Amino acid sequence: MNKIFLVARREFLSRVQKKTFLLTTILLPLIIFAFYALIIYFSIKTNDNLHIAVADEANILNGKINSKDDIVFEVIKNETPQSLNAALEQKKYDGYIFIPHTYNLMGKDSLQLKSNKAIGIMTREKIQKSFDDVLEEKRLLSLNISKAQLDSIQNNNNRIKFATVTGKADDNTKAGLSYAVGYISGFLIYIILFIYGTMVMRGVMEEKMNRIAEVIVSSVKPFQLMMGKITGIGAVGLVQFIIWIVLVFGLQLLLPLLFPDLLHQMQGQPMQPAGMQAAQAAQAMKQSGGMSELMNSLQQINFTLIIGCFIFYFLGGYLLYSSLFAAVGSAVNEDPQDAQSLLLPITMPIIFAIVIMTKAVNEPNSSLAVFGSLFPLTSPIVMMARIAHGMPEGVTLWELILSMALLIAGFLATTWLAAKIYRTGILMYGKKITWKEMWKWAVRKS
Amino acid sequence: MSKILELQQLRKYYATQKAVDDISFSISKGSIFGLLGPNGAGKTTLLRMITGIFYPDSGEIILDGKKFHPIDDIVKIGYMPEERGLYKKMKIGDQALYLAQLKGLSRSEAMEKIKFWFSRLEMESWWNKKVEDLSKGMSQKLQFVTTILHEPKLIILDEPFSGLDPVNANLIKDEIYGLAQRGSTVIFSTHRMEQVEEICDHIVLMNLGKKILDGTVADVKQQFKENKFSIKLHELPANTTHESFEVVEQKANAFTVKIKEGFKSNDVLQFFLQQNVTVEAFNEILPSLNDIFIHLVEGTKSVSRAFQQIQA
Repeated sequence: MNKIFLVARREFLSRVQKKTFLLTTILLPLIIFAFYALIIYFSIKTNDNLHIAVADEANILNGKINSKDDIVFEVIKNETPQSLNAALEQKKYDGYIFIPHTYNLMGKDSLQLKSNKAIGIMTREKIQKSFDDVLEEKRLLSLNISKAQLDSIQNNNNRIKFATVTGKADDNTKAGLSYAVGYISGFLIYIILFIYGTMVMRGVMEEKMNRIAEVIVSSVKPFQLMMGKITGIGAVGLVQFIIWIVLVFGLQLLLPLLFPDLLHQMQGQPMQPAGMQAAQAAQAMKQSGGMSELMNSLQQINFTLIIGCFIFYFLGGYLLYSSLFAAVGSAVNEDPQDAQSLLLPITMPIIFAIVIMTKAVNEPNSSLAVFGSLFPLTSPIVMMARIAHGMPEGVTLWELILSMALLIAGFLATTWLAAKIYRTGILMYGKKITWKEMWKWAVRKS
Repeated sequence: MSKILELQQLRKYYATQKAVDDISFSISKGSIFGLLGPNGAGKTTLLRMITGIFYPDSGEIILDGKKFHPIDDIVKIGYMPEERGLYKKMKIGDQALYLAQLKGLSRSEAMEKIKFWFSRLEMESWWNKKVEDLSKGMSQKLQFVTTILHEPKLIILDEPFSGLDPVNANLIKDEIYGLAQRGSTVIFSTHRMEQVEEICDHIVLMNLGKKILDGTVADVKQQFKENKFSIKLHELPANTTHESFEVVEQKANAFTVKIKEGFKSNDVLQFFLQQNVTVEAFNEILPSLNDIFIHLVEGTKSVSRAFQQIQA
């Protein structure tokens, strides 16, 4: 045990003390943050208001049309197309819509917007919608439908509200958020498995190629060396993640300071820290419209459960796969290219898991998702997608417990097999090794 | 003399070959022991069993009077394998410290010993250098230090002089003598027979997994002597043939003669003395270990075996 610690300490320190570690650990979140900050900045700030003059000669609008977002309508009177063109030249307006007094509300006359610059497709839709709404209302009113009747029709309380048997509200924002949280955490575990698994494999290859393996195994058992390496690199991963989460959380507190508008929209509601999702949430906020709605949904998501499970599946998945990566590393000879073909059987289930995960975020209770979240080779990724939907809506307690137990069993099994391959592999030079041979080493009794 | 290591009917079979096939021998405390054999003879497998890296299929290893227990006894052994290396990116001081701690030394103990050995071998200035900056000979020196740092009772060196210049080789050789004098036992595995002749007290020759020779260097030479003598005369006598010997080689006044069965060296001397020739030199020619090695190994299947893979 003491020797595993010694090996792990060396693995940990030799990586943490590298300059590249500091760079990736600190710079990466800063870059991500700057990226999202820019997105938010551009989506809030830089949309200049578009001034549209509406020359309502037919007096249809009663002097009023609601401005929408960044489009400002200004109703003016007693203008001619010529005077409007002149105003456009002088940049008094960005565009104008001329409603001639011959305009027939019920007819098929069309209106025209003249502008001195190109108008984006989104803005066009918004202008169209504003006019459609106001003209529809005017038409209905002209058919002797009273304002009160109109209001009662438009009072759209007829949307279906989704809820689960447990009585929790399950609105679209929450479903979308669960989807995002599940997808992101599943994907993160996928990336972790690859990054740190490969790190373990390359560490083993380095030891073998430097010919230090035999020196070390004359002092420690090969199993201790392998476990020390896996633990040390796992600790590097954990530290890196904790730093990332702290950084992202810290930077997220900066967001409202940088964008006071956002703070205003929040109406005094405390912002819930949500780790890596913060930037995502800020973006989602723009789309879903209401900050408070998002906040409600955020509170419905059980982050303690998700973060707890994330750490468990991160560690479980890492331990399960890293020993396999170590076994492959031990079998590789001089040529790193050999690693590619030997890695295939390991990368296949990980990629398979990602495919199941993309299905599971949509249908957390489909039989494929249930299978994927129980099978130890895919469960670290797939289960995250189900857990994001909450318990018991996404996954039942017994499924979660069974999945965790199977993952622990799977990790013990792969480590046991990998240790036997590793023991033989690290002392074997000069021969290209196939999976068939590695399997023979693994199942042979010691 | 008490024994540091006893091997009793040690066996390790792989799927395709018998790597170590029923080997028994013992090594006295404080001796320098040579383990010889052609490539693929099973030396590395045997050494890996003695260091606890492999388990024997059958047989016993007795270390210092007790049954060998790899986990507890690792600290008693220092092993420098033939395939040896270091972490390239690690500082030399840290590397030595790490390897010593893996052997079971505490940090302060390890530190003290590293300082002692580094100053003894003039390596103090290396402490903060990285291994990748060292020459092959320098890293060899470092490997030697890390092998003997914890003052093991049994030191196993596999080809310790490969890549060393004569100055450093002599430095290491002196340290090996010194260690043996202070009570450590050294097992020395090599192909370089002249080194074995110079250093070793006791040798075992292995071939095809079996022990084919065991004894002190002097005994082995006696065992394989061919009764050859070199004789140098002042002038050439009239008669150089006699029933007691045959001339193997003649260079002017110097002969190499082989004494025939049933005769003694004195018979040869007498024959020349009777002819009134001055004998300037008369020496027995003992075979070199190299000759014995080649004599014993040649013609066996060992060459083809050397190309086969060693498997665990």
